[in-house]
Amino acid sequence: MTENKPLMSIKGIKKHFPVGSGLFGKKNHFVKAVDGVSLTIYPGETVGLVGESGCGKSTIGRMVVGLTDPTDGDIYFEEKKLSEYKSKKELGKNLQMIFQDSYSSLNPRMTVADIIAEPLVLHNVGTNKERSKRVDELLERVGLASYHGSRYPIEFSGGQRQRIGIARALALQPKLIVCDEPVSALDVSIQAQILNLLKEIQKDMGLSYLFIAHGIQAVKHISDKVAVMYLGRIAEFAEKEELFENPHHPYTKALLSAVPIADPKLRDRERIILKGDLPSPANPPTGCRFHTRCPVAMESCKAIDPRLIQTSQDSMTACLLYEDERTVADKMIM
Amino acid sequence: MNTETPFLEVNHLKAYIPSAKGEIKAVNDISFSIKKGEILALVGESGSGKSVSSLSIMGLNASAIKYRPDSSILFEGKDLLKLKEKELRKIRGNDIAMIFQDPMSSLNPVHPIGRQIAESIVLHKKVSYKEAKKTALDLLNKVGIPDAERRLNDYPHQLSGGMRQRAMIAIALACNPKLLIADEPTTALDVTIQSQILNLLRDLQKEFGISILLITHDLGVVAETADRVLVMYCGEIVEEGTVEEIFEHPGHPYTKGLMDSIPSLYGPSKETLDAIPGVVPNPLELPKGCNFVTRCAAATDNCYEVSPTLIKQSTGNRVSCWNPLTKEGVAGR
Repeated sequence: MTENKPLMSIKGIKKHFPVGSGLFGKKNHFVKAVDGVSLTIYPGETVGLVGESGCGKSTIGRMVVGLTDPTDGDIYFEEKKLSEYKSKKELGKNLQMIFQDSYSSLNPRMTVADIIAEPLVLHNVGTNKERSKRVDELLERVGLASYHGSRYPIEFSGGQRQRIGIARALALQPKLIVCDEPVSALDVSIQAQILNLLKEIQKDMGLSYLFIAHGIQAVKHISDKVAVMYLGRIAEFAEKEELFENPHHPYTKALLSAVPIADPKLRDRERIILKGDLPSPANPPTGCRFHTRCPVAMESCKAIDPRLIQTSQDSMTACLLYEDERTVADKMIM
Repeated sequence: MNTETPFLEVNHLKAYIPSAKGEIKAVNDISFSIKKGEILALVGESGSGKSVSSLSIMGLNASAIKYRPDSSILFEGKDLLKLKEKELRKIRGNDIAMIFQDPMSSLNPVHPIGRQIAESIVLHKKVSYKEAKKTALDLLNKVGIPDAERRLNDYPHQLSGGMRQRAMIAIALACNPKLLIADEPTTALDVTIQSQILNLLRDLQKEFGISILLITHDLGVVAETADRVLVMYCGEIVEEGTVEEIFEHPGHPYTKGLMDSIPSLYGPSKETLDAIPGVVPNPLELPKGCNFVTRCAAATDNCYEVSPTLIKQSTGNRVSCWNPLTKEGVAGR
């Protein structure tokens, strides 16, 4: 898979949101929602993005599909900068998004068929007849029937509405779909149905997903690679097997051990329980952002901001524990 | 876990909600009891009736819910469903307290949390406000809020989600309740904060012997905290047992289905998850016979005709199914 050219590469993107204003209306405080993130997605693969609320994962998703522009850094889609594409519409052909809340992302006054056909209409694809045929195909693809097309979103359950959102995203046969918490609002039994559907579609159409979620089990199920985010940065980026079997970053370890497991026999397993809360992204800690909660923080962690470095063949970690002593010492002097 | 006589007994609770299209049987004939010092989990998906059950115990939303005459909820011998609002108020907040999923909307945004905790103490106990404030400080320390003295004067919006839930728990504990109802207490929280709150709940149970009715949809949370489990589907209890019984050999195909739907965190991932097909039926058009029949792979003719009742299995759990799964996981009675 990795021999191919990357479908999307994200290079050092930042997104700082101004908050409040100082004297003379000058913006002087920024929430650093995303603060220097690089990521590559290859054709046909799924990259999972996990992290707790406020870590910037959704902001990345929005920047990737061009809904908001990065403050700094570049995003390349098929080796062309997003900003060089003529219009957002042109991007829409290849980049689509599925949202968490299917209530607010489907227009309540449009029929399901109109919702799914809308991208086709906007891009002038096919005649009316061809479009309605395509809508039927898409409905069937996501496990609905063509008679559902004449109904309105309100007539469907949460899981079915999510299927409608998927059908709409598929209409233009995109190469990358950003899935922003697509299953977190659904019941467990329905979550599994949607995850299975997303996997099947990927197998059939060979598209890529950027799968954003805080539910770690779901991310593990669907992803090939996983990036763990903390306060606007990537703490660890690794092949799925490596990340779950051999996590490197102390935050990844804590996150994995905090997930409740449906097996009472494992109740007394050793757990890393992090102290305190997530610091505010408006005023992130100095040095390593995780040092205030890290169970193995060292003195140097307060001063040095770790880079993402190769820590095994399949994983990259941003933690001073994995940098050799000399580089740490050099940085301390600086 | 001790095996004292139950102090809360729910008998044949039938809570119906009238609607324009007919009566919704939100809770349809469920019976269970809670023993002193145990954590009982009520598990189910949205619409299974788990929240209505808890509201019934608290006597909340009584105007919208119609109870059938043979329903009763006995708390220390008194039937909560027949008490007057004034009498209920003495029990509510005093003997039975509740915490909710969303602490932001259940805390008063215009009062500091210290005052909100003290308020509930003054309401139920004959103490001065000053003393109550002191107790409030102790409570904040107990639930693990750092720098509690300063936090007393904080407003809810100044606290993080996890802190707010701790403040809610402090209010609930203010009068040393015997039963704490926790309705999805960690659903809105991040995993690392969730594990802190679950730990806190377990510690409270151990330290003060409080009984907890834990309402959740997350089987992981159940496995980590509960002593006993009730699985609900469409307003009925479909399976009951100790946490070990339920997780080691689930008897109802729905319970098994829920467990199989969760992707595993350990080992290689399965190619496809064993999802439960279909959706929860419309509460106004429940199938004849077993409620789960429309989604059940092991359904037989009988299942379409007669609804099953809870029957004790050789494995210890009670299951409401005509073809319960045996220890080996195969259907057949």
